[in-house]
Amino acid sequence: MSAAYALGDVVTLTGRSLRHVTRSLDTIITTTVMPVAFLLLFVYVFGGAVEAGSATGSYVDYLLPGILLITVATGVSYTAFRLFVDVKGGIVERFASMPVSRAAVLWAHVLTSLVANALSLVIVLVVALAIGFRSGAGALAWLAVAGMLLVFTLALTWVAVIPGLTASSLDGATAFSYPLIFLPFLSSAFVPTSGMPGPVRWFAEHQPVTSIVDTLRALLAEQPVGDDVWVALAWCAALLVVAYVVAVRLFTRKLG
Amino acid sequence: MTTTAAVEITGLTKAYGQHQVLTGVDLTVRAGTVHALLGANGAGKTTLVRILATLLRADDGHVVVAGHDVATHPRLVRETISLTGQFAAVDEILTGRENVSLVARLRHLPTPGAVADELLTTFGLVEAGGRRASTYSGGMRRRLDIAMSLVGRPEVLVLDEPTTGLDPQARHEVWRTVRELAETGTTVLLTTQYLEEAEQLADRVSILHQGTVAAEGTVADLKALLPPAEVTYVEKQPSLEEVFLAVVGTARAGAER
Repeated sequence: MSAAYALGDVVTLTGRSLRHVTRSLDTIITTTVMPVAFLLLFVYVFGGAVEAGSATGSYVDYLLPGILLITVATGVSYTAFRLFVDVKGGIVERFASMPVSRAAVLWAHVLTSLVANALSLVIVLVVALAIGFRSGAGALAWLAVAGMLLVFTLALTWVAVIPGLTASSLDGATAFSYPLIFLPFLSSAFVPTSGMPGPVRWFAEHQPVTSIVDTLRALLAEQPVGDDVWVALAWCAALLVVAYVVAVRLFTRKLG
Repeated sequence: MTTTAAVEITGLTKAYGQHQVLTGVDLTVRAGTVHALLGANGAGKTTLVRILATLLRADDGHVVVAGHDVATHPRLVRETISLTGQFAAVDEILTGRENVSLVARLRHLPTPGAVADELLTTFGLVEAGGRRASTYSGGMRRRLDIAMSLVGRPEVLVLDEPTTGLDPQARHEVWRTVRELAETGTTVLLTTQYLEEAEQLADRVSILHQGTVAAEGTVADLKALLPPAEVTYVEKQPSLEEVFLAVVGTARAGAER
């Protein structure tokens, strides 16, 4: 009985939270504004001066994976925002005092984040195609790209749940995403790491964004992904597990 | 009035770190009555309510709601109790009707739409039902909030300071709602810091002071604790509230727009 109810609760609450997204579509648009701006800026302004090192393919092809990650990093801040509003407004307590699966309350926000981010990613992809992004990748490679982005979004969404539950102000709830948005700049997302000075290069080569970006880039360019995919998945899995455990513990403590 | 207890609290204690909020509360709310928990700000009313609603664990003592222990059977307690918190917890982006049917769906009722329509009618929110809750006045929000709490006919309704922050008209609306609920036999436990509210609504009153129930009884019982009233003659001036209601009260019928 309770498993079926819990699943029903997830569906009901996800429907509710998706309605928040469809009734404020501007959140999808504003999520895409900054990544698209970076995309245009780097392709048309800096692009000519950047030596991306790849003989074939245009700079937009090189750039897109990093832009997609920035899109997700921006998008998850809305998850923190929506959760914060629910906590502050007493909605979370209302649900928790009812015979509702408590896990469903958080999962509804997480699933909504996956849908909202998928929409934003599609918009950014369409813009990239319009300015010349091309990939010969097959269905399987695209599926792998989608899977990688899904795992990345899932991990960052659970990270976003933490400030959503604990922040004391709206600004505090969303501020966590700024460092996430700038992490790609210290990676191979915009320029190859080989031109960076020692310590910066070391950081860039050992932080999660580089392995994820390199994996996505290889998949889209029909190149072998090598070990990067395992490093990338390991980073995402570790982040996911840590963020999930912390978020659930905070949630349980909040509700006794 | 029956003698069965809807809520039975014995020896309840709760501390936040070093700060002892509840030092041993004993409280019985009889089924089908309106019971007021009267206390100043910080007396521990909300802490007690949160424990009742399974949102907070007690340090010690027993809390039983409609025969179910909150510590051992929280899920059954959640089936029987409904909490309306201090701040009207409605979803502002959803319409009034969507808010009520959402709760009906979460209480796993078979016909959420019909439940919503019925409750919106009861609370005079039919016309406003299609509008987003963010457009509602304070009184309408509170009524929507209470309507959401009544989905599935809970045995025990807990109202935590239901009129705090409301204007006098909205307060009277809530009072009327509580009286109507009492007539249908719903057990209501309401917390308040307003003496008048307790006097107006409650069959029994418990005064919470320094983490424990300092006095309990009917309003008449409590008044009897004081020395007999001395008869004096005072010219009775209308209170500002009476003036306010006289001036704006005529618009009452058209309040819901």
